[in-house]
Amino acid sequence: MTYTKTAKSLHWLMAILIFGLLALGFYMQDLPLSPQKLQLYSWHKWAGVTAFLLVLFRLAWRATHTPPALPASMPKLAQFAAHAGHLALYALMLAIPLSGWLMSSAKGFQTVYFGVLPIPDLLAKNKELGDLLQTVHMSLNLLFAIVIAGHIGAAFKHHFIDKDDILTRMLPKH
Amino acid sequence: MKRFAIALTLAAALPFAAQAAEFNQVHADKSSIAFVYKQMGVAVDGKFRKFSSQLSFDPAKPTAAKATFDVELASVDTGAPEGDEEVAGKPWFNTKAFPTAQFVSGPVKALGGNRYEVAGKLTIKGKTQDVVVPATFTAQGNTGVFDGSFTIRRADFSIGEGAWAKFDIVANDVQIKFRITASSK
Repeated sequence: MTYTKTAKSLHWLMAILIFGLLALGFYMQDLPLSPQKLQLYSWHKWAGVTAFLLVLFRLAWRATHTPPALPASMPKLAQFAAHAGHLALYALMLAIPLSGWLMSSAKGFQTVYFGVLPIPDLLAKNKELGDLLQTVHMSLNLLFAIVIAGHIGAAFKHHFIDKDDILTRMLPKH
Repeated sequence: MKRFAIALTLAAALPFAAQAAEFNQVHADKSSIAFVYKQMGVAVDGKFRKFSSQLSFDPAKPTAAKATFDVELASVDTGAPEGDEEVAGKPWFNTKAFPTAQFVSGPVKALGGNRYEVAGKLTIKGKTQDVVVPATFTAQGNTGVFDGSFTIRRADFSIGEGAWAKFDIVANDVQIKFRITASSK
């Protein structure tokens, strides 16, 4: 059994988007103020909104399309860890863009999707709250990077050590 | 009927008579000069924390009104601390060479009701431009509030040069919003 084409497309599309977002996010924050920095921030926000919309669609897809089961050979603890890991990934994929959106609002810079569609500010401008949400956004992303590393590590372990189809069943031509 | 008309005229004139005093004491704590700029489609609020002003306005003689504002450009709040530092620099306000922006009023037009139009000269960064500022005036007792906004083009004053000169990141149009509270003696 394998994943649907849509599930695979969403997985890889979001993988690329998230790697881009993480790299851009960590890179842009230390830049001195310049037109380029403002541009990168806007792109980061637009990509973040896109990732958030994609994860909503992905959750809806997942709720209506049962993913393939884990191999029966997997120990109960490993199965639990796999489910917990995936749950954490989904939770972070939701929480991180939300924290970024709230942070932008609190810092007084509304998010305007592609510079055209204003996304309402849920919070009024508040410097302390903005700084707190910045720490939250940053911490969630550090956590995200760790969980992603675990996700990739687990996929490789399944492929190279357990020699099962966990990794290959997510590949495009399987 | 005629008597009624006279009474009405008198009644209309009375509030004026009561307010004929000149509003010329500006309350800095109840006044603000703020602005809105667009950054890649995002409207961002900013303001100036310090400015001084001289004002004289008599609602009975609005065309004789006079106003001068001196805005301390280094007191800018762009909405982000790194922005405040940036705009003080040479490409933006160059506050070392041009510490203040000045508005000096010229002819004042009464547009009817509580609306006025103030022509004047705005000087920022050594460049002077003619501006027309619409304003409303609302009085309560011996305190009056002037409200208004107008739009300037930052390029007209060389605000944001070099890497910032293009308008794709920071738009050319900047909206200036003011609220000035003044009382009569």
